[in-house]
Amino acid sequence: MSILVFAEHDNNELKADTLKTVAAAQAIGGDINILVAGANCSAVAEQAAKVNGVSKVLVADNAAYEHQLAENISLLVTELAGDYEHIIATALTTGKNFMPRVAALLDVAQISDIIGVESADTFVRPIYAGNAIATVQSLDSKKVITVRATAFDAVATDGNAEIVALDTVTDAGTSSHVSDELTESERPDLGAASVVISGGRGMQNGDNFKLLEGIADKLGAAIGASRAAVDAGFVPNDMQVGQTGKIVAPDLYIAVGISGAIQHLAGMKDSKIIVAINKDEEAPIFQVADYGIVADLFDVLPELEAKL
Amino acid sequence: MKVLVPIKRVIDYNVKVRVKADNSNVDLANVKMAINPFCEIAVEEAVRLKEAGTATEIIAVSIGDKSCQEQLRTALALGADRAIQIETDQNLDSLHVAKLLQKVVEEEQPQLVILGKQSIDSDNNQTGQMLAALTGLPQGTFASVVKVDGDKVNVTREVDGGLQTVALNMPAIVTTDLRLNEPRYASLPNIMKAKRKPLDVKAASDFGIDLTPRSTLIKVTPPSERQAGIKVESVDELVEKLKNEAKVIS
Ligand SMILES: Cc1cc2nc3c(=O)[nH]c(=O)nc-3n(C[C@H](O)[C@H](O)[C@H](O)COP(=O)(O)OP(=O)(O)OC[C@H]3O[C@@H](n4cnc5c(N)ncnc54)[C@H](O)[C@@H]3O)c2cc1C
Repeated sequence: MSILVFAEHDNNELKADTLKTVAAAQAIGGDINILVAGANCSAVAEQAAKVNGVSKVLVADNAAYEHQLAENISLLVTELAGDYEHIIATALTTGKNFMPRVAALLDVAQISDIIGVESADTFVRPIYAGNAIATVQSLDSKKVITVRATAFDAVATDGNAEIVALDTVTDAGTSSHVSDELTESERPDLGAASVVISGGRGMQNGDNFKLLEGIADKLGAAIGASRAAVDAGFVPNDMQVGQTGKIVAPDLYIAVGISGAIQHLAGMKDSKIIVAINKDEEAPIFQVADYGIVADLFDVLPELEAKL
Repeated sequence: MKVLVPIKRVIDYNVKVRVKADNSNVDLANVKMAINPFCEIAVEEAVRLKEAGTATEIIAVSIGDKSCQEQLRTALALGADRAIQIETDQNLDSLHVAKLLQKVVEEEQPQLVILGKQSIDSDNNQTGQMLAALTGLPQGTFASVVKVDGDKVNVTREVDGGLQTVALNMPAIVTTDLRLNEPRYASLPNIMKAKRKPLDVKAASDFGIDLTPRSTLIKVTPPSERQAGIKVESVDELVEKLKNEAKVIS
């Protein structure tokens, strides 16, 4: 059996989540190849070649793939699909964007966001914002799967796979990239950080997120937010944690001025330790918190920063 | 310009679903149902395009049993002009939904199809992309801004790193994210008017598509519940616990 894993990257760096997606591929079992599709992405290919348990790295290096447009990437992956029983990507915005296209072009269903592998055709995935866990058996000959990275442990990177350049170029010609507006941050990625501190509507405005920064600096934490904080314009969309935002599972998650709606919990309740800071002792966030402190966040945050 | 808006009837987002005792599925008996929030955003966007003079007709379509007519009436009350129900009792895979929608797209020839990025029940995030692939159209998923510009549409997308804007040749497929708009409430007169708007019912079995399931739901179980922990009295106690008990900071 052969498995194709799509590499998440920004043309320079292989994203750590790909190492977790490869772990899911290993759980399925088979010969694992990684696809690096991008432009001027040879550095990524070299990093991918070091991923453990991978036999081959296929590199499609072409301007058509620079921005990972779904129309172009899906054609490429569909062309390669003949050689594989499983095609796997991380359930991040790139994979979520193009993978269903691949499934439809191959006339198979997609199994989204798996958190467990029971066998080569049976997978476990959360539904209803994680309030139920489904075990699903695929009846299709090819499996198109996206993986929730937080559910798998990264594989090591002391491998030595062969790098193979592909010369296929698949440009659908129906879409083009206009611009990016990326959030610049020196902090770790939300998905990769071992500590996350998130602010909600209780933060009152974007300026007050500075109160989280000092603490984040001391803990090497990433900063996240609830939907309410994003909708109110306090912080950018890429900070939203939850059912329809980012999924995180750090060692320590600190929820500040967040009530704990099911949609927010869906994105963070697999964290190892949860701390809640909220002035309402009835807030549902306390039902999942290991340590809660019922107090005004504007008193707690400066004191916490000072005492860390 | 015609805009097609596929919508789904789902559990209300405020309801915490329960798993059936026999682990066969979740229990939806007597649970409040509503239009999927992302679909509601899709309807609102279409209505705004019509109000701006860009769209001329809005068609809402839903696939399901008779009860989804309720959500189609909601869409009509919000401003859709007519509705199509594709009747089936089957719980379809996204691929089947996309194939049925493909037929509707072929028949109606919309310039834009706006869908929700995911439904909050199955959380699949697939249908829009699959429809785009089947129709060979470009897609702008997770949209926070949609701007029609001649025969192109610019879509600003919410991506992991921030925002990305793409230009798509029309016809095109758009899926909505939360920041695209804030849906309006239907007014009482519009709810009354919606009752008289056309709603066509077609049988899914008449579309000539093989709807054999592509997967088997083996079981549905409740997630492992976290136990509520303790309340600490002071920041000192919190720091002490994190260091010495949880050992997550040093
Ligand atoms: C389709 C859909 C998708 C969604 N997806 C997501 C998602 O991915 N992520 C997400 O987070 N939400 C999501 N939501 C929204 C979710 O339902 C909640 O509305 C949201 O999480 C609430 O954010 P919040 O906790 O910051 O705000 P609120 O619920 O308003 O809570 C604010 C909290 O701050 C506390 N507070 C206020 N002032 C202070 C103070 N001075 N000191 C201490 N505490 C204070 C209050 O006691 C309160 O508990 C989604 C909703 C829908 C319908």
